[in-house]
Amino acid sequence: MTAPTVTVDKLQISMSGGAKTVIVDDVSFEIAPGEVLGLVGESGSGKTTVGLALLAHCRRGVEITGGSVRIGTTEVLKMSEGELAHLRGGLVSYVPQDPAAALNPALTIGTQMREILEAHNFGADGSARTARVAEMMREVALPDDPAFLKRYPHELSGGQQQRVGLAIAFACRPRVIVLDEPTTGLDVTTQAHVLSTVRELAQAHGVAALYVSHDLAVVGTLANRVAVMYSGRIVEIGPVLDLFQNAAHPYTQRLIFAIPHLTGTRELVGIPGRAPAPARRPPGCVFAPRCSYVQDRCKVALPELRAIAVGHQVRCVRAEEVRGQMQRHAAEVARDERAAQAAVLTLKDVNAGYRRATVVHDINFELARQECLALVGESGSGKTTLARSVAGLNATWSGDIKLNGAPLANAARNRPREQRRTIQYVFQNPYGSLNPRRTIGHIISQPLELFGTHGADADKKVAEMLDRVSLASSYAHRYPDQLSGGERQRVAIARALVCDPQVLICDEVTSALDVSVQAAIVELLGSLQRDLGLAMLFVTHNLPLVRSIAQRVAVMSRGRIIELGPVDSILAKPEDEYTRRLLSDTPSLEVALETAESV
Amino acid sequence: MSVYNPLATNEPPLVQPRKPSGVLRNALTLGRTRVGLALLVLVAGVAVFGPLFAPHGPQDYLGLLPNKGPAPGALFGTDHIGQDVWSRFLDGGREILFLALASTILGLAIGIAIGLFAAYTKGATDDVLMRGMDVILAFPSIMLALVVIATLGPSYWLIILAVGLTNIPRAARVTRAAAQPIVERDFVGAAEAIGVPRWKILFGEILPNVLSPLMVEGSLRLTYSIGLIAAIAFLGFTPNPNGADWGVMIQENYIALSVQPWGVVLPVLAIALLTMATGMIGDGIARAAAGIDRLRSAE
Repeated sequence: MTAPTVTVDKLQISMSGGAKTVIVDDVSFEIAPGEVLGLVGESGSGKTTVGLALLAHCRRGVEITGGSVRIGTTEVLKMSEGELAHLRGGLVSYVPQDPAAALNPALTIGTQMREILEAHNFGADGSARTARVAEMMREVALPDDPAFLKRYPHELSGGQQQRVGLAIAFACRPRVIVLDEPTTGLDVTTQAHVLSTVRELAQAHGVAALYVSHDLAVVGTLANRVAVMYSGRIVEIGPVLDLFQNAAHPYTQRLIFAIPHLTGTRELVGIPGRAPAPARRPPGCVFAPRCSYVQDRCKVALPELRAIAVGHQVRCVRAEEVRGQMQRHAAEVARDERAAQAAVLTLKDVNAGYRRATVVHDINFELARQECLALVGESGSGKTTLARSVAGLNATWSGDIKLNGAPLANAARNRPREQRRTIQYVFQNPYGSLNPRRTIGHIISQPLELFGTHGADADKKVAEMLDRVSLASSYAHRYPDQLSGGERQRVAIARALVCDPQVLICDEVTSALDVSVQAAIVELLGSLQRDLGLAMLFVTHNLPLVRSIAQRVAVMSRGRIIELGPVDSILAKPEDEYTRRLLSDTPSLEVALETAESV
Repeated sequence: MSVYNPLATNEPPLVQPRKPSGVLRNALTLGRTRVGLALLVLVAGVAVFGPLFAPHGPQDYLGLLPNKGPAPGALFGTDHIGQDVWSRFLDGGREILFLALASTILGLAIGIAIGLFAAYTKGATDDVLMRGMDVILAFPSIMLALVVIATLGPSYWLIILAVGLTNIPRAARVTRAAAQPIVERDFVGAAEAIGVPRWKILFGEILPNVLSPLMVEGSLRLTYSIGLIAAIAFLGFTPNPNGADWGVMIQENYIALSVQPWGVVLPVLAIALLTMATGMIGDGIARAAAGIDRLRSAE
């Protein structure tokens, strides 16, 4: 094996100032030239912090307090500011999560690409640099004509912006590249393109890449090796195939079970509890409080990272047993077949839009009692506009929407109280949908008061609802900013269900959440839907998720439903070309592993 | 300098949006707020309780010469017609304080309502309302107040109304600007979807989220109202021409400034301290709301 390009050894990162709380501890890994190491973890696990440390950079209020980061044989952490300026963008480069925030909106992309070359004295003269810019554009599959280079970032699509980010990162032929969730905001098709570009560039130029992501499916498709982080430490690291097939750490295993699967109909299982804040990490194994394999010795001493196979290390005392359990979980759940029910919601020839533009055309479908219909499409397909129109949040639509046979008015404000109660909406972003100035109890009881339940009755109902969404009743007195994202979304669901609706519209309710939390929310929604006999319209861009929750799926593209039918048949045998492409572009762990096996 | 900044992130800031009560508590830990508050208590105390301690009535003649310097029986001398400066000073603050408070509250209340409504309804209503505010803003506030008072004659409610009027557009602008991003948040949509009445959305959902900037604006408007009311009184518009009033006192005695300065110095000092106090409090709240000092201390 060739000498590694990157060597990280016992890296420790802490909060600066008073308490010096350790955020990241004992992180060690190596990346060989041309290799992609996936760094996986949920929000707050410290994965981005580790990624930035490769550039010897820390976010404000954080500092590197120990360990070493070597590029080749050079120690990065001992460099002066001047040397670092040369290092960053030259030897090590960084691709951020949001290219729109990183590109300067006032400069053309050509200018910004030349800038990095000039800053690092790359190329002999102006014409050499111009040639290099054109070459880079071709490498990331963007047009290299001067007209395109004169465009401003806002004239590019999200995928194009991210490819410009990639081009800038690869411009000075770095030896190391850190990619921080570069495809999070992108559609699956665009994501597939960006991922293949990253892979090709890294391999062609022998670049060592660190791919930071929360998405196991993406990492499974792209990486050669994977490191899983939990609460500031690497809990498992190994070759991608071995790690995903024989996950030996309980956390990795639970994380894999929490991923919705495109082909199987395995039940989604969330991870109970939440990761501890850095200052509140328990002694011993940090995952112990949430672990189903926990023993007394786990709570005493922190397990060391130890090898259980070639290149596969785990931080768990029962790794061998855990590993053996991996296959047992693969049992599939039987799809519950239900007798056809009467339609609650009927859409006939619905066109919707905003202002004067019509973005949704000729929508026809029925939603039956106890049924969940998934509305799937990429961003801009009109799925959210349609959902908002049904809820009366968007009043610019025409056609017929009937609720239990009665036509609905355009705006929620003009609908009778009973209709407003019957249809409830859960928003995408739980950080925006709860009023930060109100307590949880107040937020959940608001619809109750509006629909005529007051005082002690309302309090009782709130407590009941909190219990239903698995939150303690003491949460009624908290404010939204004291809750995690998943807890907030539970509150939003409680608010929607507190007045016994018949139709629940969920608009990308899990897209702002971590996978393990997403699994728990989907679990919850599924059980609530079954128990309460809800009709549910589940809007999502996440195709694999559909299988876990919906019975029927409608695929939307450019404002039209292009395919509608039972989930199993559409995902197994898509009729439409667009659906087929969507399915093949969706990163999937199973497919990734199959390909890896066949090689 | 490289302009491409890949380290820029769009993740939400670590600092949570602060609750108004928390902002006030943080503001109180700042030196400027404490000094401001102490000054405010001092001057307001003089204005409210002063009359109880005045040795003479505000319109009593002491039998001394007019414009006489400090003398036994007249701590700070006499004014232009031989009344006791100290007694008139202690007596003259109540009015200015009451008028300033009343006109600020009136201006804020109407301004906030207009600002919230404009931000929430958007479109043409927003434009019409805000252009209307611009028209009021186009007049210098003292001119606007003087035109109203000079035309209709000075009376308490008219002064309150006129000064309040000049406060409306500024309060409306600040409220609208602060409310605009809040209106787009999903919790407002959530309230609309279940049919919460419009006024409840305005005052129950949106208003609590814009209180921090409004507290700053409130203290600023109070500062300006005090100055404006003193100026109006100085120009001679007061419902009670013979009564004591800090603004009136300055006007009556400024001619004798070189002979008997106390008749001017005392009210000027009080007004200056009062405006400084409200200004410092406002600044403290603004800093606490923006988290300026908190970030500095964290580094």
